[in-house]
Amino acid sequence: MRGAAAVAGVGQTTYWKWGQADEPEFKLALRAIMAACEDAGISPSEIDGFASYSNDRTEASRLAAALGIDELKYAVMQWGGGGGGAAGAVANAAAAIATGQADCVVAFRALAQGQFGRFGQGPRRNTISGANAHTVPYGLMSPAQMFAMRVNRFMHDHGVDQSALRAISLASYQHAQTNPAATMYGKPLTAEQYDESRWIVEPFHIYDCCQENDGAAAIILVSAERAADLAHRPTYVLGAVSGSHHRVGAPVHNDPLYATSSFTTVAPRLYEMAGVTPADVDVVQSYENFTGGVLMAVVEHGFCEPEQANEFFTLDNLLAPDGDFPLNTSGGNLAEAYMHGLGLTIEAIRQIRGTSPNQLRAADGGVDVSMMIAGPMVTPVSSVIFGSDATIEGIGA
Amino acid sequence: MSGYLADGLPVPVPSSDGRDAPYWEALAENRLVLQRCNNCRGWQWGPEWICHRCRSFDLGWEETEATGVIYSHERVWHPVHPALKDHGPFVIVLVELPQCDGVRVVGNLLGDPMQDLVIGTPVTGVFEHHRDHDPPYTLLQWRVD
Repeated sequence: MRGAAAVAGVGQTTYWKWGQADEPEFKLALRAIMAACEDAGISPSEIDGFASYSNDRTEASRLAAALGIDELKYAVMQWGGGGGGAAGAVANAAAAIATGQADCVVAFRALAQGQFGRFGQGPRRNTISGANAHTVPYGLMSPAQMFAMRVNRFMHDHGVDQSALRAISLASYQHAQTNPAATMYGKPLTAEQYDESRWIVEPFHIYDCCQENDGAAAIILVSAERAADLAHRPTYVLGAVSGSHHRVGAPVHNDPLYATSSFTTVAPRLYEMAGVTPADVDVVQSYENFTGGVLMAVVEHGFCEPEQANEFFTLDNLLAPDGDFPLNTSGGNLAEAYMHGLGLTIEAIRQIRGTSPNQLRAADGGVDVSMMIAGPMVTPVSSVIFGSDATIEGIGA
Repeated sequence: MSGYLADGLPVPVPSSDGRDAPYWEALAENRLVLQRCNNCRGWQWGPEWICHRCRSFDLGWEETEATGVIYSHERVWHPVHPALKDHGPFVIVLVELPQCDGVRVVGNLLGDPMQDLVIGTPVTGVFEHHRDHDPPYTLLQWRVD
């Protein structure tokens, strides 16, 4: 699959605080897809497939009819919750193109939580059964609570300090200050504000938790050959994989490894497919559902040993363009918007194109190898590596 | 308020397929039973229809002592459910049961919510009955030895 598919275009709507979108969810999806078509310079008629995740309510067949596409060849939903499929949707789209099942596939996510329920709320009923009956009556019901338990164990095992989580949060907020599309544009965060902010569940302050937002984002993928004819600097899918290790989904917190972001087997498969190593990766977008997930995901993708985390996760090290490990360069889920990760995937593409609000230096305007890590701690998780022209004939080819 | 947490959270009922009914029935009798494979004798939790080790469908329920060690913990501050508004911080622990192949269960840690939380601390189970509730139910809570 390496290099078979490439990005034709990307599109996004305005990002709102949750519940404040001024248009319905389906219309937001249409707007993001139309914006991606315009960015690509292609007609919506070329689209023949849709890929989404996390039980997206916007149905592929309704989109196909509304957009009047000629033929629907591919409609796939990645199983799993949260943003575990924000790279998996790209993987599924690229797989369809690589195997000839479709030629032009849109990976998208759309959210209007005023029109529908709020994402991630605890259950509002009198009784509960199944696996949740063994957690919810003890007050364990929100994503923050599900994941803080894993992160506490990881921080204990490896001696990681709160300062590592704080650096991840501050980096996102600082990067958002040069991104006019970010919901936290013009709202910087200081270390003091972070330290004094309220706890949600230890070790997460409120600034360790993703926002909740309305909006939509879309990425159009085509074959590498078709992309060569289009306007933008080609951005190839070098590798894109999903999954999780042995029994991550064991109920009632019985994942045998437990103190993990679920990438222990996924990351090695990603590097193998992409033909690159961690040292080749120029910039990383790592999905912040919670900063602790970023911590573990970056470790599990081989960028730092867990025992080095306190030295590695410092604000200076995580900032573009001068840090050694620029992270979440558009503001991420914390400070750009929480499009369940698809916004981070688009930022990974912008870094190749040379159009990031915090662009990394590169001779021809963009970086060559750009990674996006999706949905740490859920199952399945996913991650993707995009590459420039140089990677197709260069590293690992 | 009749338990560690305020009343009003969803209360547990056995799953409609009956998979975990023996667990809830035993808790009401101050006993902890968990799933154990009759073929390979491995313990398994949460409950499933098949043994994940030997893939036998012949799974039984076996009683064990309600003792374990804190595998992980969290102090919760934000009330995500209306019943916990104004409740204040509370502690959830993930308890490992070494005598049952290290399977884990979730409960609250009784006592001062600001107490030090230390991974590896031995804890003992406390059966928290809500017999007057409709439907009645029992939770398994934990206390530092």
